[in-house]
Amino acid sequence: MKTVKVNEQQVSVHDRATLVDVVGKVLDRDLEPDGRPTDGGRLGVAVSIDGQVVPRTAWQERVVDDGTEIDLVTAVQGG
Amino acid sequence: MEQSTQTMAPDHGSATGAAAEMSPIRVGDYELTSRLIMGTGGATDLASLEKALVASGTTLTTVAVRRYDPSTSTSVFALLERLGIDVLPNTAGCFTARDAVLTANLAREALETNLVKVEVVADEDTLLPDVVETLRVTETLADQGFTPMVYTTDDPGVAIRLENAGAAAVMPLGSPIGTGLGILNPYNIELIANRATVPVVVDAGIGTASEAAQAMELGCDAVLVASAVTRARDPRSMGLAMRRGVEAGYLARAAGRIPRRTEALASSPSQGRVRAEDRI
Repeated sequence: MKTVKVNEQQVSVHDRATLVDVVGKVLDRDLEPDGRPTDGGRLGVAVSIDGQVVPRTAWQERVVDDGTEIDLVTAVQGG
Repeated sequence: MEQSTQTMAPDHGSATGAAAEMSPIRVGDYELTSRLIMGTGGATDLASLEKALVASGTTLTTVAVRRYDPSTSTSVFALLERLGIDVLPNTAGCFTARDAVLTANLAREALETNLVKVEVVADEDTLLPDVVETLRVTETLADQGFTPMVYTTDDPGVAIRLENAGAAAVMPLGSPIGTGLGILNPYNIELIANRATVPVVVDAGIGTASEAAQAMELGCDAVLVASAVTRARDPRSMGLAMRRGVEAGYLARAAGRIPRRTEALASSPSQGRVRAEDRI
């Protein structure tokens, strides 16, 4: 197991976990390898690491290191 | 708007016709159907927000982009999707071009839209736009293929600069965010509307329906309201009032107001009066 930080919260995932695994676990949704929800809906979230957006299409390639700090954002009321 | 006018009585025929002609406008590649853009900020709950949005007839509504929080995961994105309302992510809360560009890119990735409401403020007290940073963001985002709708001051020179930098719409404030002070400088707003070749949207400061109408009478293409509706005692009624205000202002602008005069001008004929003193 390894531990990453998503929005300052610690999340434990298996050693080979990619961003698809991390996001799926935090959102508690089943995701396809390309990051889309298996239920056909839209996810409505984005990921950045070190201030760089990681496109959803790159999540499955991105194995996260132990201790990686991840920002996970979504739409909220505003504006 | 068409939906609302169809319920009018037939004897309002000419007004119905003109209102029905309130055509969509183009913001970059995007077709904006309703001239009333709504914001979701300030609503106390999603149920009252939904009623207000539906009553307003809006087709485009802003959201902010923030860290996902599982404890408040009731999704405004899901609500807008269910209502068939397009989402306009903003960069609210950003003080620098760098933050705003990152926020815009996160929004595009999360919400799958090139539309972005660029909002870079100078300080937390006034929430007035930082036009230097705003100009930088606009240039960068236009280069990155975004459709930037840019919140700015009511400075006509800045509006032109933003347009040249790639703004797909210029959105001057009527007055500071959340104040409800209405349009403090109608002369400038009219100047911006007259000179711009991209759509002009009054964004911020609108407090009530007559001010939304005024924005349209001044020649703006659309109005953006958030707090005025979401923080009204009855958000649904205010949403409807804003819709009617925008429609009334659009019609009045198209109809052509009479010139202002300094002296009175009677509208009844003076000839043919019956004078009491002639009969005594």
